[in-house]
Amino acid sequence: MDIQEYFTLVFSDYTLRTITLGTAILGAVTGMLGSFAVLRKQSLLGDAISHAALPGIAIAFLITGAKDSNTLLLGALLSGLVGTFWIRGIITKTHLKSDTALGLILSLFFGFGMLLLTFIQKQPNANQAGLDKYLFGQAATLVESDVWMMAVVTSICLLVLLLFWKEFKILLFDKDYAKTLGFNTKFIDILITSFIVLAIVLGLQTVGVVLMSAMLLAPAAAARQWTNNLAKMVFIAAIFGALSGVFGTAISASQDNLSTGPVIVIIAAVFVFISFVFSPTRGLLFKQIRIIKNRRDLELHKTLAFMYHIAETHDNISHPHEIKILNNFHGFTKGTLKKLVEKHYVTLQGSTWSLTKEGFDSAANLYNQLSKNDE
Amino acid sequence: MSSSIAIKVDDLTVAYNYKPVLWDIDLEIPEGVLMAIVGPNGAGKSTLIKAILGILKPIAGSVSIYGKPYKQQRKLVAYVPQKGSVDWDFPTTALDVVMMGTYGSLGWIKRPRQKEKKAALEALEKVGMLPFKNRQISQLSGGQQQRIFLARALVQDAAIYFMDEPFQGVDATTEIAIINILKELRKAGKTVVVVHHDLQTVPEYFDWVTFLNVKKIATGPVKDIFNDDNLTKTYGINYKVSIQE
Repeated sequence: MDIQEYFTLVFSDYTLRTITLGTAILGAVTGMLGSFAVLRKQSLLGDAISHAALPGIAIAFLITGAKDSNTLLLGALLSGLVGTFWIRGIITKTHLKSDTALGLILSLFFGFGMLLLTFIQKQPNANQAGLDKYLFGQAATLVESDVWMMAVVTSICLLVLLLFWKEFKILLFDKDYAKTLGFNTKFIDILITSFIVLAIVLGLQTVGVVLMSAMLLAPAAAARQWTNNLAKMVFIAAIFGALSGVFGTAISASQDNLSTGPVIVIIAAVFVFISFVFSPTRGLLFKQIRIIKNRRDLELHKTLAFMYHIAETHDNISHPHEIKILNNFHGFTKGTLKKLVEKHYVTLQGSTWSLTKEGFDSAANLYNQLSKNDE
Repeated sequence: MSSSIAIKVDDLTVAYNYKPVLWDIDLEIPEGVLMAIVGPNGAGKSTLIKAILGILKPIAGSVSIYGKPYKQQRKLVAYVPQKGSVDWDFPTTALDVVMMGTYGSLGWIKRPRQKEKKAALEALEKVGMLPFKNRQISQLSGGQQQRIFLARALVQDAAIYFMDEPFQGVDATTEIAIINILKELRKAGKTVVVVHHDLQTVPEYFDWVTFLNVKKIATGPVKDIFNDDNLTKTYGINYKVSIQE
C-alpha cells in the first residue's frame, strides 16, 4: 500500500480509520497539554510520568490477569499519579532539585516495571505475551472503544481548559501572584498535572512508555515558534500533534515493518525542526538573515554618515573628495561604496566620490531617525 | 497622618529549612504611609513581604490587615513581585499581563470583559505604557517590564501595595514614573510598602522606614529614625563614613 492508497482507504477501511482517528486525537490532546508542561519548564515531567506508569501496567495484569487495555491503563494511571505526587513531595520536602527528583522517580519506577515484566514473562502462563508492547506502543491494537475513550478524555480536557483558562494562564506565568489574588494554586496545579498524567496514559498503548514524552513536548515546542499568544500556541500544538498522528500512521501503514509510535514521534520532530528553522519571528534562518541585513545596513549608514559630515562643510554638497579619505573605521569597504552608487547616493569620478542630493537628504534623514529612536 | 493601623504583624518567624530568615518580627504600619524596608542582602526583606502575603508559610506569628486576618482582606492588598521572578518569554502581551490584576476580583472561572479591559488600559496609561499594550512582553525593556508589573497592581485598586524592589535595574524614565505613581498613591491615602536597596534615596522618596536584618532593628518616620545609629545596627558598618566617602 502506498500513501495515496492509504488516504483513499482511510475513510472506508475500519481498522485504518480507527487507528488514524486514535493517533490524531492522541496527538491533539498531548499537544494541547504539552504546551502547559513546556511553559512551566516541566518538560521532563512527561518523561517521568510515562516511565512511572509501567509498573502499574504490570501490577494490573498480575492482579486481574486481564489484558484488555482499559484495566491495564487504569493501573498505569494509578502508578503514574503515585509517581507524580512522589516527585512533587520530594521537591517540596527535601533539598533535592526538581531534575534530580524527576530522574530518580523515572529510573526507579521504570526499573521496577521492567523487573515485573521479566517476572511475568517467566511465568508458565500462555497469557502473558504482549505486555511489552507498552514499551514502544503498538497502534495496530487500537480498537473503537479505545478511540472513544480518547475522545471522551479529550473533550473533558478541552472543557476544563476553557473553564479554567484564566486560572491556568496566571498559574503558568506568575504562581506567587496568583496566590496573592486568592486562587488556590495547589488545586490548579494538581488539576493540570492530573490531566497531563491522563493524556500520557492514554498514549501508552499507541506510542509507548519510552517515547511518550516526545508527544507531549515536540508539538508544543514547535508551536511556540509560530506565535506569541498562549491560546494560539495551544491550538497550533494540538494541530501539529494531530497531523503528526495522521502522517505517522499513514507512513507506517503504507510501509512494511515500520511501527507507528516511532514514526509519529519522528514526524513530530520534523515539525520541530521546520519550526525552529523557518518560523518568521523566532526561526534561526530569518534571525540570521535579519542580523546580516542589519549589519550591512549599519555599514552603509556609517559610511554615508561620514560622507555627510564631510559634505556638510562645503557649500556645494556634491563637491568631489578623494576615496582615500574614507577609511574602514567608518564601516567603509569597496562593497559599501558600490552599493551607495547603486542607490544613487554617491557618484564616482576616477579616484573621487561626491554625494548626490538624494544621498545628502537620506543621510540627514538618518540622523533624525536615530535621534527619534533614542527618545 | 492617620492613626489607624493598616498592617499589623505579630511575632512573625520564617525559616527556610533550619535557618531562621525572619525572627520574631512585630510591626505596625499606619495607614497612608510610604514605607521602605531596608537591610543588607539576606536580611529577609522579600521574605517579610511574602510571609505577609501568605506566599510563604511562617513558622509562627500572625498578620492582620485593618484588624482582620489577611485571608479575609485579600482584595485590599496588591502585590508587585520582583521583575526577575517570572519568565518574560511567556507568550503574552503587555495588556494581557495587566489584565491579570483583575483576576482576583473576578474570582474563579469568570472571564475578563470590557470593564476589566478598560481598567487595564487606564493603568497602562498611568505608567506611560499605553503605546506598548500589544507588545509581546519579551520585547519590552527591563524598565518597561517593571512598569507593566506596577500597572497590574494598580488595576487591583487596593488600599495597600507591597512592592518588591521596583527600582532594581530600571532606567531613569521608569524610576520617575514609579515615583510619580507612589506619590499619587500616597495622595489617595493608600499605604505602600517597598523593599528598597538605595539608601541615599530613602529620605527623598519615603516618609516611613523599617530597618531589617533577620530581626527588626527599628521602624518609624524617616525623619526620626533614619540615622547613623540604626544604619550601623542594620548593616554592621559605619554607614555615615561609607556614604560620605
